[in-house]
Order: sequence, then C-alpha cells, then structure tokens
Amino acid sequence: MISLSMRPCGDFRTSYKADNQIFETSTIRWLVVATIIALCFAPLVLDAYFLTLFIQVAYLGIAALGLNILVGFTGQISLGHGAFFGFGAFASAWLNNEFGIPVWLAIPLAGWLTMVVGMIFGSPAARIKGLYLAIATLAAQFIIEDFFARAGWFSGGSYGAAAEPVSLFGYTLDSDQSFFYIALFALVFMYLWGTNLMRSRDGRAFVAVRDHYLSAEIMGINLNWYRLLSFGISSFFAGIGGALYGHYLGYVSAEGFTLMMSIQFLAMIIIGGLGSVFGALLGTIFIVLLPEVLESVVALIAGTGLLPAGSVAESMAYFKEMAVGLVIILFLVFEPQGLAHRWRQIKAYWKFYPFAY
Amino acid sequence: MNTELLLQLTVNGLIVGLLYGVIAMCFVLIYKSTQVVNFAQGEFLLIGAWVCWATLVWLDLPFYIGFLLTLGFMTVFGIIIQAVFLRPMIGEPIISVIMVTIGLSMFFQSLMKWIFGVSAESYPQVFETSTITIAGLNIELAYILSLIFSVVMMVGFYWFFRYSRLGLAMRATAFDQQVASSLGISVSKVFAASWAISAMVSATAGIVIGMVNGVSDALSFIGIKVFPAVILGGLDSIVGGVVGGVIIGVLENLAEFIDSQYLHIGNLYTIAPFYILLIILTIKPYGLFGTKNIERI
Repeated sequence: MISLSMRPCGDFRTSYKADNQIFETSTIRWLVVATIIALCFAPLVLDAYFLTLFIQVAYLGIAALGLNILVGFTGQISLGHGAFFGFGAFASAWLNNEFGIPVWLAIPLAGWLTMVVGMIFGSPAARIKGLYLAIATLAAQFIIEDFFARAGWFSGGSYGAAAEPVSLFGYTLDSDQSFFYIALFALVFMYLWGTNLMRSRDGRAFVAVRDHYLSAEIMGINLNWYRLLSFGISSFFAGIGGALYGHYLGYVSAEGFTLMMSIQFLAMIIIGGLGSVFGALLGTIFIVLLPEVLESVVALIAGTGLLPAGSVAESMAYFKEMAVGLVIILFLVFEPQGLAHRWRQIKAYWKFYPFAY
Repeated sequence: MNTELLLQLTVNGLIVGLLYGVIAMCFVLIYKSTQVVNFAQGEFLLIGAWVCWATLVWLDLPFYIGFLLTLGFMTVFGIIIQAVFLRPMIGEPIISVIMVTIGLSMFFQSLMKWIFGVSAESYPQVFETSTITIAGLNIELAYILSLIFSVVMMVGFYWFFRYSRLGLAMRATAFDQQVASSLGISVSKVFAASWAISAMVSATAGIVIGMVNGVSDALSFIGIKVFPAVILGGLDSIVGGVVGGVIIGVLENLAEFIDSQYLHIGNLYTIAPFYILLIILTIKPYGLFGTKNIERI
C-alpha cells in the first residue's frame, strides 16, 4: 500500500483498528467534517456558476469512483463506463416515467439495474483479462450506445427522455441551490461507502486480485466472482451518477454517452491516481475545471490578438478535447501515480516541516 | 430475395474487408513487435489522408509528389510518436499503455478537426474515377484501385517479413527481445521501424479510402472497427489480421443486406461487428490464428 509508505516519520500505529482508520489523523477527520459543514452553507454564498460546477463534480465523481474501484483497485480495464453512466440516467427516468416510482427511490433502483447490465457485459471478465477485456468493454460501449438510439420504449429513442426533478416531502428540488444538497449528500454517502468497501473483506479481495491473482486464488478468493462483482459495483456507482445527472438536467439525450465520455472517466482516475478513493475526486475536479480554465486562458490570449479572434469560439470544443488528450498523456509520462500521490507527498513534506526526510 | 444486391454487397464487403485487412496488418505489426495496442491506428489514416489532401489542394502539387511527401511525413511522425510517447511506457502496466494511445487518438482527432474542419472533403480527380461493369456488377474504379492496393500491400508485407533484413530483424524481436538484441539487432530501431511502417501503410490506406468516400473524421472510426478484425484473426497474427478483416468486411455487408431486406432495424451495419467481437471474445478469445497465452505458475 502506497499510503503506508508515505506516512510521515514518527507516526506509529499500535493496533490493527488504528491502522484501518478512514482518516489517518483526527485533524484530517475534523477538517473533512468542517469542509462538509462549510459546503452546506455554500448555496447561500456562491452563485449559480460555482454550484453547477460542484454538482458536476458530484455526479461525475461518483461514477469516477466506481471506475476506480474497477480499474484502480481490481485491475480490470473498462472502456464502457460512459455507456453505463448513460444507462443509469435513462433507467432512472424510465422507472419514474413508466412506473411512477418516486425519484428518490428511482435513483438507487437505477443503480441496481445498471449493476445488472454491468455484470452482464462484465461476464467476459471470467474468461479474459487485460487487453482483451478492454476490447470487450469497447464493444459493450458501442452496443449500449446503439441500444439507447434504438430502444424507444426505454430511452425515447432519438428524442431522448424527460426526467422529473427530485421531490422530497412535497418539495420539488429543481433549482441549483436545492439540488446542491442532494448532490452533496450523494457524494458524501457514496464516497463513504466506497472508502468503507475498500476496508472490508471484499475491498481487500479486489486489491489481492489486482496485485497477484494467482496468490489471491490460492488464498481462497473466488476470482470470477470478485471480477464480476467489481464490474457490478463499478456499474452501480456509474448508474447512481448517471441518474443524478439525468434528474439534474431534467432531460436525457442519447447522444451524450459516447466513447469520449468513457475516456474522460478514465482520464479522471488516471489524473487523480489509480487505486485511490480521494484521487477519484481530485481527478474529477481537475477534469471539470480544465475546460473552464482553458476557456478563460483562450479568452485572455484571444484578447491580445495572438489567435484569430473569430474562429476561437467554434474551436473551443476541439481545444477542450485536445487538452484532455494531452493531459492524459502528460500525466502518464510525468506523474503516473496521479494527483493523490502528489498530495500525499506534499502532506508528508509539511508534516514535520523543517525536519522531514 | 434480391440476388443482385446480395452479390453487390458481397463484392463491396470483400473490397472493404481487404482494406480492413491491410489496416489490421498494420495494427498487428505494432502489437507484435512492441506489445502496444494502438488505439490511435485510425488517426494514422486520418492524418495521412488529410496531409495528402493538404499537399494536393493547398499546395497544389501533383499527386505522386504529394503522396511521397505524405509517406515521408508519416514515417517521421510514426518514429516521433514511438520515441517520445511510447518509449517511456515500456514496462508500465497495460492500462497506461492503452491510455497513452487513447490520449494520442483524442488529441490528434480533435487537432485534425480543428485544422481541417468537420465536413467531408473530396480529393481532386487523380484518376478518372468512373464505374466500370464487370460481369453485370457496377464497380467503381476506385474500388478496383483499392483492391489492387490491398493485394500489393499484402504481398509487400509477405516479402518484407520473409526476405528483407529489417523484416527478419522484426520477426526475431517479436519472438524474443533478449535473444534478438544479443544477436546484434537494435531493438529500439526495430520498434521505431514498426511504428513508421505501420503509420505509412495506414496513411496510404487512409488516402485510398479518402479517394472513394472523401476525407472526414469518420476515417478515425475505422481504427475502432479494426478491433473485431484483429480479435477474430488473433491479436498477434498478421495472416489472422487479413483473414479477420475480410470476414468482418463481408459479414458487415451481409448484416446490411439482412437489415435492409428483412429486419429493418437500421444501423445494423455499424453495430454488427461489435456483436461479433463480443461473441468471439467469449468463445475463442485468442482468435483463429492467435497464439494461446498459456500461463505457468
């Protein structure tokens, strides 16, 4: 485990329980709690733009954590995560529109449905791994995408599906301010769940399958089951994220869930750090902020006349894609362990500042 | 049952399939010698076709000069990509290698869109493109050309790996890198050469397809369509790549036939290869000619 080796000197543990804490020190724990409480007051202070960004981070971050459980912790590769994300969005809208299931219940149910679909498409994992599995999930991506365009009864076909806003106790939460709390709750809940999952037997089994699957099998871990389970859990997270996305936008269209989106999810976890729960969040924040920062930088350059001004607006979409591609490559070449690793190094450096080694 | 349409589609499938075969060969070449799965194969086609188009339309050069310039450019391009981005990835886990090529693919795809736009452009008339009739079937001359091109490329590859010094060195490297380097083969040169050749041949295929259908970013999707072909043939078999390409090309057109005549689902043409891909992966993951990966404990 990387986090053990990165622990600053002088920080010793005397019991197994202490070693297995979610937060390494009580200071971090209180800081996290304080951050969450502070975030509760954010809608009163921040304007809609930042709230939108936060909500984006929340639903994408949940899905990214799912992918990190699959790729970073279990060592499988999936190129179809965007399609599962879309499936969650459609499934939740479908359950709500077709059967009148209230939205707060439809979201977890959509997660379960996506989990089933994910396990079906993940079933080749019982036989193949690595590269071949990546290609199988690539096929899954295209097949599910095609299904969205085709299955009018499920997704509304090319028209897309309308998704009702979340309503709780008679209140309809359709503004950015009110949806913010749903996003915050879902984010905290799913990340706590993800962290706890990784401390349980199942989580340790995932890591064992990734690190040395032969030893894992010898130690009594059912390889096929855990590979499948990992696919299921990852799709569950994607489904929850997708359902939130659908109910936030109020409308789900079949066009959005392309291979490009799957690649963006992979970019998030690579940038954040494979095999790190916190890294998934960091990576999501990075990818969400990247186009925004890029846009302001390009606007700044365009103002000075270095770029032809007229074409900038329409080229922006290409710049964003190029930036994501470039960032993936640069991170893999220069910082393969991602932002989470850099964060730990910074922390270790400052912990005993002048005397750290 | 519309026999004429069936025959027409089968012939189309054969011709397209042979082109897939050529691209699959390039893909396998890289995989076999450098163990890299190249998700940016389609971008080689795209870049080659656009560069050639630019030399013909923007620079107004005659075709053969533009073509040679493109080949030169792609050689350098392939070597640079290998040396700068893929060399640091040697010994890294599979996910990193895959993601680097995906990143490259994304970057170059949108770069090409930015430079050349998204609408399809047609090549200036290089040959007198017209349809000719063989045995009652209308076949475009460009298709005949692409057929000739595919066959020439395949024979060329056969000769290259069978008799040329570099080709033998590449086979030796693919077989065992340590033994090859102890026999005086520069492994890094072989790596660079395989990327250069793959980029060059893919670019030529891109130009040929561009002449038939026009150049657009749809070319990069062919790089994805190659996956069913290489998996069917076996990831590390060049013959497999060709056979897989032809089978996928024909099957794809047969799917189109069944779709248009009986099922009327629409779009079965693009999606059928991926169903085939999933089926092969569950039944026979190592394909028709691939080496079965046996693990020892």
